Amino acid sequence: MSDKVLMKGNEAIAEAAIIAGCRHYFGYPITPQTEIAAYMAKKMPKIGGTFLQAESEIAAINMVYGVSSTGKRVMTSSSSPGISLKGEGLSYLAGADLPALVVNVQRGGPGLGGIQPSQSDYFQATKGGAHGDFHMIVLAPSSVQEMADLTVKGFDLADKYRMTTMILADGTMGQMMEPVSLDYEIAAPVEKPWATTGTKMERKHNIVNSLFLAPDELEKTNFERYDRYKKIEETECMYEEYMMEDAEICVTAFGIAARVSKNAINEARKQGIKVGLIRPITLWPFPTAPYKKAAGQVKEIISVELSMGQMIEDVKLATECKVPVTLCNRTGGMIPSPEQVLEAIKNAAKGGTK
Amino acid sequence: MDYKRIMLIAGHYGSGKTNIAVNMAFDMKRYYNNVAIADLDIVNPYFRTKDSQKEFENAGIKLICSEYANTNVDIPAIPQEMYSIIDNKNIMAVVDIGGDDRGAYALGRYSDDIVAEDNFEMLFVINKYRPLTRNASDVIEVMHEIETAGKIKFTGIINNSNLGEETTAEDVLSSLEYAEEVSKATRLPIIMTCAKENLCNELTSIANLFPLNLQKKII
Repeated sequence: MSDKVLMKGNEAIAEAAIIAGCRHYFGYPITPQTEIAAYMAKKMPKIGGTFLQAESEIAAINMVYGVSSTGKRVMTSSSSPGISLKGEGLSYLAGADLPALVVNVQRGGPGLGGIQPSQSDYFQATKGGAHGDFHMIVLAPSSVQEMADLTVKGFDLADKYRMTTMILADGTMGQMMEPVSLDYEIAAPVEKPWATTGTKMERKHNIVNSLFLAPDELEKTNFERYDRYKKIEETECMYEEYMMEDAEICVTAFGIAARVSKNAINEARKQGIKVGLIRPITLWPFPTAPYKKAAGQVKEIISVELSMGQMIEDVKLATECKVPVTLCNRTGGMIPSPEQVLEAIKNAAKGGTK
Repeated sequence: MDYKRIMLIAGHYGSGKTNIAVNMAFDMKRYYNNVAIADLDIVNPYFRTKDSQKEFENAGIKLICSEYANTNVDIPAIPQEMYSIIDNKNIMAVVDIGGDDRGAYALGRYSDDIVAEDNFEMLFVINKYRPLTRNASDVIEVMHEIETAGKIKFTGIINNSNLGEETTAEDVLSSLEYAEEVSKATRLPIIMTCAKENLCNELTSIANLFPLNLQKKII
């Protein structure tokens, strides 16, 4: 008998969060991530947890701030326009060094945009996401199994570094169904001596706050935070390399675009073209090492994205423009087809599109 | 299989209703001239009946769906032509209902007429491998929620236990006991057991086996 279950990506995130010990979910429905909220609404009351549909995304993210202050694992989820609304709260979480898990199941934008899949919130997710100097850890799943795995991992990272982990998925990843195994060994929760749990008259008050009116004090806090970010950049990068050993052309893509790209790469290999894939799993920290290596090996890098070209900028920075980096994309809710990617690969093989 | 004039396909979301409805419409077309399939799913934005639009056209099956299905318009619209199925007693129809009670509310609007005509099956699709319907008591909870929202009682069960692309014959066989349990607890007959077409050779021992040709995937 199989121990696997068939789940939608959105459900896998919700169930994995529960397994990881999250008992507090606050959100507001928006397509295409509503199954996360629906799953939590069904499950949380049965296990003594809290599901609360807030009056808005802004309320939900501030409820996350409140629960996180008490040291509990907490999450919210939304899709692109809803994440923009949460922006202020994301910055406050960063300013107060609070851990949280935030899920963005992206849809086409800008504005109200559409409800079909997109990756056009890459800039927003990886470059801070709101005002002030800060980062979030950004994880990009490429299968329903990874939706679950990275959710569990995301909570651990958030607690370890006292910051927000964002799961950056897209509508297709949220809606597609695949078998998953949810067999995890959950690490013991980390100590949170900073949490506001009541002093019992035994210690000084803990204060959770993002207001620093003295500029020198704020600068010092930011410097310290960026020292922590540096450590994360050095130790937490995750990526997958596929057929890169002998590759002369490199495709790079994350999430759903990486799946399309793999199909195209397999086809190109059948036609004798030496092509491989670099798939970043952490989008922040961006894994520069495989790109540095590829820059000395391949003649072109093709960035496949469901946007007007956002990750491509990080690829160019990582390769220091030593090799041409071209874009193969669709946007607004459209997905590049394997044929389109194959065409770009063939074009690069013929001498490229510099 | 013996078709009633209106075949309603409902169940937990993600249980495989749309694929079954699509396949059933094609099967129905083998026996009847005037066949329609109606997409009453107001919940799910992706993977819709409309994905098979071309195939329906070629087969001469009438597709009734919201004109907003598969577009970017995020509104739960009901197709206005849905009433033609209720009113025109010469049409044989498969109705794909949205998942859970939330999806079944749309059906509630038509159920008085459907029940009055009394020429329908209301089929409950179950999948042992879906995490919220893994045992009979969970299934019954979902079933009652759907019946209340849709204002109509189930008449049979479709066992569609599967793990998607990775489903093996063994996975289907080991779901039979679960389907029996659900059948016993609900006092509803198992109308059929579904399996991907390429597994059916290994599953000839199953009564009322219904081969499924899956809607094509893009990735």
